[in-house]
Amino acid sequence: MSAALDTTTEARAHRAVSLETIGMTKRFGSLTALEDVSIKVEAGTVHALLGENGAGKSTLVKCIMGFYQPTSGTVLVDDHEVGIRNPRDAHAHGIGMVYQHFTLVPSLTAAENLVISRAHPPAVIDWRKEMRGLDEFLSRMPFKVPLDVPVSSLSAGEKQKLEILKQLYLDQHFLILDEPTSVLTPGEADEVLGLLRGMTRTGDLTILMITHKFREVTEYTDAFTVLRRGKMAGAGKVGAVSVDEMSKMMIGDATIREGAARTPMHDQPVVFEVAGLFADGDEGLPAVEAVNLKVHAGEIVGVAGVSGNGQSELVEVLSGQRDASDGRLFIHNKPFVPNRDHMDRYKVFGLQEEPLRNAAVPRMTVGENISFRIFDKPPITTLGWWLSPGPMRARARELIASYRVKTPSTEELMENLSGGNVQRAVLARELSSQVDVLIVANPCFGLDFASVAEIRAQIMEQRNRGAAVLLFSEDLDEILELADTIAVMSGGRIDYVVPAAEADRTSIGRAMAGH
Amino acid sequence: MEADSNLTIVLLAMLAGAIRVSTPFLFVSLGECLTEKSGRINLGLEGTLVFGAMTAYAISYHSGSPWLGVLVAGFAGSLFGALHGYICKLPRVNDIAIGIALMLFGTGLAFFLGKAYIQPQAPRLPSIQLGGWSDNAQVQSALQINPLFLVGIALAVFLWWAFRNTRWGLIVRMTGDSAPAALAMGYSVNWVRFTATTVGGFCAGVGGAFLSLYYPGSWSEGLSSGQGLMAVALVIFARWNPLACFGAALLFGAAGALGPALQSIGVTQGYYFFNAAPYVLTLLIMIASTSPKRSLKGAPGELSITK
Repeated sequence: MSAALDTTTEARAHRAVSLETIGMTKRFGSLTALEDVSIKVEAGTVHALLGENGAGKSTLVKCIMGFYQPTSGTVLVDDHEVGIRNPRDAHAHGIGMVYQHFTLVPSLTAAENLVISRAHPPAVIDWRKEMRGLDEFLSRMPFKVPLDVPVSSLSAGEKQKLEILKQLYLDQHFLILDEPTSVLTPGEADEVLGLLRGMTRTGDLTILMITHKFREVTEYTDAFTVLRRGKMAGAGKVGAVSVDEMSKMMIGDATIREGAARTPMHDQPVVFEVAGLFADGDEGLPAVEAVNLKVHAGEIVGVAGVSGNGQSELVEVLSGQRDASDGRLFIHNKPFVPNRDHMDRYKVFGLQEEPLRNAAVPRMTVGENISFRIFDKPPITTLGWWLSPGPMRARARELIASYRVKTPSTEELMENLSGGNVQRAVLARELSSQVDVLIVANPCFGLDFASVAEIRAQIMEQRNRGAAVLLFSEDLDEILELADTIAVMSGGRIDYVVPAAEADRTSIGRAMAGH
Repeated sequence: MEADSNLTIVLLAMLAGAIRVSTPFLFVSLGECLTEKSGRINLGLEGTLVFGAMTAYAISYHSGSPWLGVLVAGFAGSLFGALHGYICKLPRVNDIAIGIALMLFGTGLAFFLGKAYIQPQAPRLPSIQLGGWSDNAQVQSALQINPLFLVGIALAVFLWWAFRNTRWGLIVRMTGDSAPAALAMGYSVNWVRFTATTVGGFCAGVGGAFLSLYYPGSWSEGLSSGQGLMAVALVIFARWNPLACFGAALLFGAAGALGPALQSIGVTQGYYFFNAAPYVLTLLIMIASTSPKRSLKGAPGELSITK
């Protein structure tokens, strides 16, 4: 029987622990990922850990969890120094972590996942007894999930709740949450964070939360620490420091490109139209249902929604990677089939999410990747089949220079570039000629602030030049910043379309949850 | 009347065939089911099956005990499984390529070592007469059941139960579906897969023993004719469910008995075509159960073919 079920309610009260790191430093060879970081998380509080990608947040929590051994520095739990050599040691001290990527086993049910996660599950499982124990455990918990269906059929929000429940079931009372709300609707995020904050208030729990959403920091956390380039950039009590100051701590003195101004557009024609589109997902179940969209010239239509509501399937259909089961596409009122010929004729381009995986060939060179749209046309190709590498490299060099792609040469393999540079190389390929229709999906996922600003400015520029832009994003702030019209996708359908000027967070959030 | 009795004869013969021929399918597919549930594919089971058949025959011939032969065949099979499991845990090794290599190695080694046993007669496994209640000779012969068939059923039920109700079952499923999750909980993915492949090899070896010691009941080089490979297809058809493996094994057994059954009522035309029924069935099942538009339902997420 797990310890979680043995302890009585009385004993559970006020068991939150404090955690402190002193002078944490981690070097990987010559690279210093973390340098002399000391943070203090008081018992029974929610502490936010802020920083850009690559600032050292995950290195720090991995050192706390025992995935990495710090080069120097110590961890104190309740003011006692503890040695954590591996995640099991961390668990023994009551420290648990909820990862951004789910660690649940998809084919197992929630109950099976919980039971097998215990340190010593019984050799033969008495399900009647286990279910009684689990029901009793859930009755004490602030949120519920169905126990007897495979995890793969739970929604992203339910999975995230189950991940948190798992840590509580294992009797962890110091939780590290890695961007816990990235897969939740705004409503779910408020629910989960509110309930967790409640548990810290009663002294049951201490939370260290990695996040980049300032709204969550100001509403749900007590204190914060900011990391930048592996070093402490600031810390303080929430409320004593303004959001502007926090974001300055995160970015430092790096200059951020100004967002391109929005040129007013009036009475532009419809360029791109999606009519009654249906498509099936990988499981053969309907993923996109009866989607209708119209995008005018010089307009950005932003499609908001929690991931997994059919957006990726829709993007795949629009970019020719998946067959639609029904429905049609039109460009300038002419039927459009997303194949190479039509894309070329109608000047349709796209920025896919995770470009290294979806829009580039990692083991071909940067030069080749940049030429994918034009390699079969003169001057690169003569007689329709003869490729000349010379003009190809020359064109690639031009684009590399004008889009500031950091690469040693055109002959470098694509996979050796950093995320921001891969995205810039793909931008160079897609945006360097006349663009009539642009399909964009989560273009800024995992990029640093400077790249994000640059890419958003590029998208805005294309709109101002008259392109019809369809932007899919899981980041509501991105949609609110860029879109002229906001559509919300939920359960494979788009039932809510509103001009950006009239949109408000609450009704968008409700539409995302399918209401 | 004539047609009626002919139909009865064919159906009875197919039932008898289902029971007789299905056992090796059953053992190999249960072994493969276990291996695949842990996230690895062992295509080498064809070689293991043939090698098990040779070993069982040789041991039975020398010791006079067919049951000892079965046991040793199982251990020989687990050696092959262990070899596969060991090689596959080395970095950058593809389990399918290793499987094919081991399939050729197993059959080749069995032919090489088994040359001497093609002629001699080894003691065969006994059967249990369950048809005493009927005075129809055909029913009686159909219900001559080998104990290994019953062991196979018990094993299928046990695996089905164990996958949900034991710690080991859950760990195997977890490893097969999400290696990162298993690692995060401190289980050694390689060790689980190594063990599952070894035990799977044991099952395939026992299946081979049935071939040489019961039906057809002698050792020859064309003994298996691809049954080990068909059993792999059968696991996909059975959607990685041990109980469904049993049903699928019966179906394949019945298909295999179609040719001889038709011959026994005088339909000789297309004998070789009907003998090919299991292969045709394999092909049809593979076509029917896959689709370019969706991923296989129920497939363990870590399998290299579904990734």
